[in-house]
Amino acid sequence: MSVFLALVRRDLGRAFAHGGAWLPVIFYLLVATLFPFAIGPDAALLAKVGSGALWTAALLAALLPVERLVRPDIAAGVFDQLAIRGQSDEGVAAAKLAAHWLSFGPTLMVASLPAAALLNLDGQAVRRLEIGLLLGTPGLAALGVAVAALTASLRGAGALIGLVMLPLAVPLLIFGASPGGGALKLLAATSLLFVAGAPFVAGAALRAGRN
Amino acid sequence: MTRLGLERISCFRGGRLLFEDLSLTLLPGEGMLVTGANGVGKSSLLRIAAGLLAPSSGRVVREGAVALSTEAAALDEDRDLFAALDFWARLDGRDEGAVALALAAIGLAPLAEVPVRLLSTGQRRRATLARVIASGAGIWLLDEPASGLDADALGALSAAMAGHLAAGGVILAASHQPLGIKMRELAL
Repeated sequence: MSVFLALVRRDLGRAFAHGGAWLPVIFYLLVATLFPFAIGPDAALLAKVGSGALWTAALLAALLPVERLVRPDIAAGVFDQLAIRGQSDEGVAAAKLAAHWLSFGPTLMVASLPAAALLNLDGQAVRRLEIGLLLGTPGLAALGVAVAALTASLRGAGALIGLVMLPLAVPLLIFGASPGGGALKLLAATSLLFVAGAPFVAGAALRAGRN
Repeated sequence: MTRLGLERISCFRGGRLLFEDLSLTLLPGEGMLVTGANGVGKSSLLRIAAGLLAPSSGRVVREGAVALSTEAAALDEDRDLFAALDFWARLDGRDEGAVALALAAIGLAPLAEVPVRLLSTGQRRRATLARVIASGAGIWLLDEPASGLDADALGALSAAMAGHLAAGGVILAASHQPLGIKMRELAL
């Protein structure tokens, strides 16, 4: 467990030290700013499309850090050093997942407050969006870690990451942006599935990458 | 008791047979130097010994913790050298004193506060050796430990290796250069 915490602390420190952790948030806020410009100052229309727009923005923002999640650590030999210390690749991937979520989930939720104001969302819609992000962003983080591990050995993986990850994230988008408690339960279920599965996918990808 | 044993291992990589039926046993205080041309499978042998690569056939027996030094430093570029080494030392259950001693042993003590990204090639190599020394592991696997080292650092490396063997450790090293210490040789 202490190894898990040490890895989470290291990854979090690196994310914020590089400034990379702020990129998704800034991107998210930028998209939220662009929408009113593109759609026009129709408050009712903005409120109607707002949560869907913010979910799409969150999804795209979650893509940004993916490329530097796994590949630099493979190149530096970090995963190898952890493996010879008896750490399972799955456990290491789970730590990566936790650190990745901590680096963009909470900040995205905070950024949703000004973003929601820009799109004229009412109090109920904001609460719905925040609960949705709380449930959905761990799923996005899980997808990010799994896709990062799967594409780590490929050249020019940057473009591929979006192509692989976005279709898989569609269920999160659908359940996250649709109203109603049932959708939230399905969102939580999808997110849980991704979080539970991603460490195994990423672990297997890391192991396969060694051969 | 520290021990490293390779039993009749073969390695088949990229459609090529690198070596087969290779056996060796290293008991406490024993070291072995693997020599051979580029691409002959020295690094693969070390990775198999470390458990990072599965041998195509055969068995690896490791008794004791393993420390591996390769070209990949596995040190965080934006941290200072001491903090980057301390991260691994903590995972190995070692304290800051072990890191300080290792840095001194390999002649890096004056650079402890320098960020890893500013280190030269030779200093980086020495830093990976410091990580191995600080680990307290019984089995040292060193892939080209002398590459890029100056005469002083090479002397420090030899002394550290001799100290490790004298303390009952095991060393399997792959190198093109003499390491300044008498060990059995294995030509691949």
